[in-house]
Amino acid sequence: MNMNLNLAEKVNKQAAQKLLKSLRYSLYVITHPFDGFWDLTHEKRGSLAAAHILVALTFMTNLWSLRYTSIIFNQVLWDKINIWRQILGILGPLIIYCAANWCLTTLFDGKGRFTDIYIGTAYALTPYILIENIVTIVSNVLTREEGAFLGYFENLALVWCGFLILASVMQIHDYSLGKAIFAIIASVAGMMIIVFLLMLFFSLITDGIAYFVSIYKEIVFRVY
Amino acid sequence: MKLKRKFAAALLCIMAVFTIYPAGVAEATEVSTYTYNYDVWENECESPDAYTPTHFITGEQLGTKEFRAPQGMYIRGDRIYVVDTGNNRIVEIQVQGKEMSIVREIAEFYGDAEVTTFNTPNDVFVAVNGDFYIADTENQRVVHLDNDLNLVKLITQPSDATVDQTLSFLPTKIVADRAGRAFVLVRNVNKGFMEFEADGEFIGYIGANQVVFKMADYIKRLLSTQEQRNRMDSFTPTEYNNLYIDGNGFVYCTTAVFEEWAVMNGDAKPIRKLNSLGSDILIRNGVIPPVGDAQWDNVAGMNGPSRLVDITAFDNEMYFAIDRIRGRIFAYDEQGNLLYAFGGPGNMLGYFQNPVALDHMGEDLYVLDSASGGITRFQLTDYGMLIRDALELYKLGKYEESAEYWEEVLKMNANYDLAFNGIGRSLLRQKDYTGAMQYFKVKYYTRNYSRAWKYYREDWVENNIGYVIAVLIVLIIVPSIVKTVKKVKREALEEHEHELKLSRKGK
Repeated sequence: MNMNLNLAEKVNKQAAQKLLKSLRYSLYVITHPFDGFWDLTHEKRGSLAAAHILVALTFMTNLWSLRYTSIIFNQVLWDKINIWRQILGILGPLIIYCAANWCLTTLFDGKGRFTDIYIGTAYALTPYILIENIVTIVSNVLTREEGAFLGYFENLALVWCGFLILASVMQIHDYSLGKAIFAIIASVAGMMIIVFLLMLFFSLITDGIAYFVSIYKEIVFRVY
Repeated sequence: MKLKRKFAAALLCIMAVFTIYPAGVAEATEVSTYTYNYDVWENECESPDAYTPTHFITGEQLGTKEFRAPQGMYIRGDRIYVVDTGNNRIVEIQVQGKEMSIVREIAEFYGDAEVTTFNTPNDVFVAVNGDFYIADTENQRVVHLDNDLNLVKLITQPSDATVDQTLSFLPTKIVADRAGRAFVLVRNVNKGFMEFEADGEFIGYIGANQVVFKMADYIKRLLSTQEQRNRMDSFTPTEYNNLYIDGNGFVYCTTAVFEEWAVMNGDAKPIRKLNSLGSDILIRNGVIPPVGDAQWDNVAGMNGPSRLVDITAFDNEMYFAIDRIRGRIFAYDEQGNLLYAFGGPGNMLGYFQNPVALDHMGEDLYVLDSASGGITRFQLTDYGMLIRDALELYKLGKYEESAEYWEEVLKMNANYDLAFNGIGRSLLRQKDYTGAMQYFKVKYYTRNYSRAWKYYREDWVENNIGYVIAVLIVLIIVPSIVKTVKKVKREALEEHEHELKLSRKGK
């Protein structure tokens, strides 16, 4: 009994260590993108749990920057902020991008599975988490004039993330640069199609239900 | 039976959901008070009245003919001069307390001129010495009279090369400065105001838009045909519709020619303040630029942004402009902050059908309505006085007193952003930086917040310089100490091993 417990503890400890290691690996990935993304999926250096944590950190970063950035640089009308919409604003595009990318790359002999794409994209978001949080903290020390460059850092984070996503597509699917760029553009188009289909689906469902409701009303009128 | 009931209940629920769902009520931003203001998010905020309408008086009530489509009004001293355009006359009204009475009707003048009557006059200006300047539009001249109606001079079409001789000279609005120089707004002229010397000589144009070279326009011209280019040339750059000269000789003017999208980004500039060189020196530090309404909807034939048609300025550099479309008056301080807006379309007291002229006597406002042919008089309320006093005290450097007045304003209107700013500013002057920051933060005055923060930070660093240095020392020195200690340890270890090896060899 006692030994079993010890074993369980050991396994837990090992798992935690593995998770920490795979999380720390994100720092390697953002500085050595080509090497990093290759090992991330092919050598299993990344993990799904770490990817989930990174995604969670991304939208937490978004919320933190809303809440804690100095009002000199970010004025928020709190009445208009919906926390679920904020989270969905990051989670939605991410999931749809992964889906669109997976759909396309499976057709154009990409090597990555859906999980690989998700893990890769999540790791590519690391610069945003790092830079945005630093910007949020620093903004509370600076005045309006001194903070003029903060915007550049935010842009830098986005460009860095974009570059990492490109690298992740290249390495995960074993694509050339041109093919990766094409895949990303096609994925964006695919995202639009998916959104369009979703909207179509929901409006059709609403119309369909409304149809049955009106039939029911008609019957009620006729019968009574 | 039970199942049936459950089924019916479920169906009812679904129906209820679907009937409620599309009935999402749009959030109404309509204000129910006469006076309003805008907050930092450009939402309309209800406000107590700063000005209240007290009188409405028509020509008949004054004991004369009804005004027919009057176009202009000027106030000097206790006299109101109404330009009764349709009846070709100017009516001089004296105000004594609440009473208004007619002094004289000016329909003709004495002097050496072919025509000594007026034809559709549009504006009058009365100089400090009592001289009249009358824009006699259809007679194509400006008539300059002394106070006894003797002709001093006539200003007609200048024979200057810069003036298009094929167009008629149709002066519509006029002011003159202390030196007798006249600024005339002439219909069909889009180069700004025409400026005339005291002796009637044409000097030139003033207040035209500066021509800015735009790459996009250049490319557009390159790509267009000759016909299209000709059409582009006919685009008119500046067309003012009214002007007012203040005690310091600055000309406030309004224009209604701008694109709707340019209103909120500050490109439109419907209100301008010209110095003697003709450059616009109006200060636009407000959250919303001085453009009239920040939000508008298109209902009941009232479309688009505010079209300001007249302006008047107090000696303390507060200015008021009136909107033709919705009959609203907007008050601004010298920094360009909207103090309050009031008025509206309609025919009750304090509402207008077609306001054309706005002027002030002391602190009372007078508005001339062309459609109803009447003059509305507004008086400052206690609330308005508090705002005025708070602004003036701040200007005089009495920051603490100013803050007290702002506190009073806040008691009457807790939504008044400028009061928060005013208290914050006076706290800042009194070096209460945290207090100032609190007030600025509530209403998002980020520029001032940043200033307060800067001083607060300076103070903080000064007071805590010891700790700051201590932390820096710890951050810099401790790692180096640790490093050296580690190095020494390693070296000692290596030496020890080396000795061990040697001793082994020795064995």
